[in-house]
Amino acid sequence: MATKARGKASGKKSSETRMIPIYIMGKKYEVPETLTILTAMEYAGYRHIRGCGCRGGICGACATVYRLSGDHRLKFGLACQTVVAPDMYLAQIPFVPANKAIYDIEKLTPDINGIGRIYPDLYRCLACNTCSKACPMGISVMDYVQALLKGDIAGCARLSHSCTMCGICALRCPAELQQFHMAMLARRLYGRYLQPRARHLEQRVKQIKEGKFDSMMDEIMSLSNDELKQRYARREWEPESYENPDWQPEETKYLILD
Amino acid sequence: MAEGQASGYPPELKKFIRAVEKTRPERLARVKANQHFPRLTREEGEKVLKSYHPDYRPGGRRRLKVGANKGEILADEVADLLESYSRIDPDAFDDRLKKPDYETDVLILGGGGAGAVAALFARQNGLRVVIATKLRHGDSNTIMAEGGIQAADRPADSPYYHYLDTMGGGHFTNNPRLVKALTMDAPLIIQWLEDLGVMFDKDNEGNMIELKGGGICRRRMHSSADMIGAEIMRVQRDEIRNHPEEIQVLEFSPAVELLIDETKAVSGAVLYNLETSEYSVVKAKAVIMATGGFGRLHIQGFPTTNHYGATGDGLALAYRAGVPLVNMRYAQYHPTGTVFPEQNFGLLITEKVRTLGAQFINAHGREFAHPLEPRDIASSCIIRECTEKNSGVVAPTGHYGVWLDTPMIDLLRGKGTVEKELSAKYLQFKRYGIDISTEPIIVYPTLHYQNGGLEIDEWGATRISGLFAAGEVTGGIHGDNRLMGNSLLDIHVFGRRVGVKVSEFIKAVKKGNRLSLGHVRSYHAGLIKTGVKTKRVAPILLPDYVRRSAPVYPHKS
Ligand SMILES: Cc1cc2nc3c(=O)[nH]c(=O)nc-3n(C[C@H](O)[C@H](O)[C@H](O)COP(=O)(O)OP(=O)(O)OC[C@H]3O[C@@H](n4cnc5c(N)ncnc54)[C@H](O)[C@@H]3O)c2cc1C
Ligand code: SF4
Ligand code: SF4
Ligand code: FES
Repeated sequence: MATKARGKASGKKSSETRMIPIYIMGKKYEVPETLTILTAMEYAGYRHIRGCGCRGGICGACATVYRLSGDHRLKFGLACQTVVAPDMYLAQIPFVPANKAIYDIEKLTPDINGIGRIYPDLYRCLACNTCSKACPMGISVMDYVQALLKGDIAGCARLSHSCTMCGICALRCPAELQQFHMAMLARRLYGRYLQPRARHLEQRVKQIKEGKFDSMMDEIMSLSNDELKQRYARREWEPESYENPDWQPEETKYLILD
Repeated sequence: MAEGQASGYPPELKKFIRAVEKTRPERLARVKANQHFPRLTREEGEKVLKSYHPDYRPGGRRRLKVGANKGEILADEVADLLESYSRIDPDAFDDRLKKPDYETDVLILGGGGAGAVAALFARQNGLRVVIATKLRHGDSNTIMAEGGIQAADRPADSPYYHYLDTMGGGHFTNNPRLVKALTMDAPLIIQWLEDLGVMFDKDNEGNMIELKGGGICRRRMHSSADMIGAEIMRVQRDEIRNHPEEIQVLEFSPAVELLIDETKAVSGAVLYNLETSEYSVVKAKAVIMATGGFGRLHIQGFPTTNHYGATGDGLALAYRAGVPLVNMRYAQYHPTGTVFPEQNFGLLITEKVRTLGAQFINAHGREFAHPLEPRDIASSCIIRECTEKNSGVVAPTGHYGVWLDTPMIDLLRGKGTVEKELSAKYLQFKRYGIDISTEPIIVYPTLHYQNGGLEIDEWGATRISGLFAAGEVTGGIHGDNRLMGNSLLDIHVFGRRVGVKVSEFIKAVKKGNRLSLGHVRSYHAGLIKTGVKTKRVAPILLPDYVRRSAPVYPHKS
């Protein structure tokens, strides 16, 4: 039944889909209006080598620039996420030249001096906000650059967390900053030095190295398949933390509670 | 905001949404009272699997005619890949092989997570590394991972439970030694990532904020909002670029064949420059296969969550060289692929959405499965709902699915949770005018993971001397079905192990000097002898989407 519903509706779709004109690198093509720039290019017969990766808005490979007919503004986006519009003039940006600094994360300190020395162009920011307007992830790029200038590495790390490193901000910046590389460094410094370390993790690594789980693993690996299945079926389930944050398991034989 | 997009759900779907909204208060009250939809028992689970899981049903498969797994029944798409000819003519290459274009200690094929971790550890152990990768460095399934990475590091948990969950999730077909390595190394790996500067979700004291996933009995999932893969991959890529002297990365240079020397050991590979169409020869003392999975083969006609280059290349290359495949019968269909909007068709809705409280709801507004069943079972339940029970929701594109009731999340965990914990998903739908914190999503299973692959031992060594493997290209760790968060874990655990082992191997084993493609000649001869008549070549490198409208993959049934 459901298959039929699908067949019927699919049939309907093809007759209803409107074709619209777009211009890829100046050449005109008619494509269905529901496509993204990425699939529209494929529809038009292009095969992507560069300019395509995850097809899902996270890898930053498909930076694209376009202009709508009659609109003076140059627009930027991710080709795999942006839907085509009539009379869209578009081009792909297959590569963004940028310089990543080389450093030893273990020898850095999480402060403005560390970052300022490695990326001195930081100080050139004009606070014009061009970068934020272009970012396809809606990141306040200028704000994270300004946070860095104030030495607020944690702020920069948090603000830039969803950066795809597509490079559009750097292409637009009149002061020629390479914002996304600075943010990368800030996030690493934050993760390594500013976020407190997980003590339970440290403890567990120590216990494993001391061999405290070895006998449990030996035991479970020596079980017959049937015994293993029984233990699997009898597992005690921890509730989600919003249900009972203070939950304690009844079976403690296979835990190390020290 | 995307251009030219009429925003949000069309009226016919809004009508359906009302049915979901109607039952929501009551469902919310039940969850708050800790009353959940009952999980299926193992027997019940097996029953739905047998009737509705795409790979348990007959059809879409055939008996393989060549190589180490000859006689085994595999998906047609995989059999097609294996029963095919090399892209290159071995005879035309003999001269080229005498003068390699690159020489290195270790050649890593694939620049995703497994390749990156192997490279960093091989370097640490004093090796020179070349990474050859098909697209850009980092363009991979790893960068797309959303939900989290498992490790038993809380006091109420232990590797013992992690082991048990993993074996059960895989229907007890996993290789126990690999599962032991996976679960015992897990905390070590999370700590290594912390040292590299990965931003994990933590509370103010530094405790990891951990959640559950399908089929796991303890909270064990470490995350970085809903983009743990991107977070990890960009850190690793950054770290690799801090060592340009020792690690060289060749982008847009997929491997098209392995090379074998006179001692029968793998000693390099032929690469293909996707942009200039030229070949190059790399000679190496060992090769690590880290080419990832096969989602873009669209097994059984399903859409996929995978990245553009996931065409199963490593399977074809290593199989030709004689490495057997294990656990290849069942692919993983993730229960929650996007159905609407069409532009995101097939893309993943992370399991974390259900971990946080979203439920499966049918067209009549009724919950029909526990939100955290193992993936294969959850997928089968959705397929049953949409076929036999005829309770699916039909999107304007004609594709059907069920509701994933995301507004439950903010109601359970506080306003703003969706925007904070699922920031990437939130934005992905917001672009099309859908606010997933107040409106549910339509989902249907989508091809997600390879499950099986190259046979390896607990140090990532294959049966062929000189050839190691790590990551999604390998099999045995997850048995017939992988649990959420165990794959990001496996690429690290085995990436590290392989990086360490390969340096021992290079020191201990004396290798030959003459590179050859003899194994390709024999494989071709085998194809001819067994009567496989085909013009297919493998690896296929990039899927062919040219001149196809929005990717619509009808479901073979
Ligand atoms: C959308 C999505 C979400 C996921 N979420 C999670 C999650 O939350 N938790 C979890 O544990 N797992 C998750 N997974 C699974 C997990 O991300 C992958 O299984 C894992 O990252 C695979 O890593 P890999 O290094 O083996 O392969 P990949 O990361 O895919 O890397 C393979 C690399 O090999 C390259 N390559 C391919 N062919 C060739 C060739 N012929 N020559 C050279 N290079 C080649 C590719 O270009 C790529 O760079 C998710 C997967 C997807 C797709
Ligand atoms: S901050 Fe810059 S590099 Fe990052 S996503 Fe935005 S535009 Fe792209
Ligand atoms: S575009 Fe450049 S100069 Fe302008 S705010 Fe952004 S970083 Fe500063
Ligand atoms: S292809 Fe990855 S962001 Fe578009």
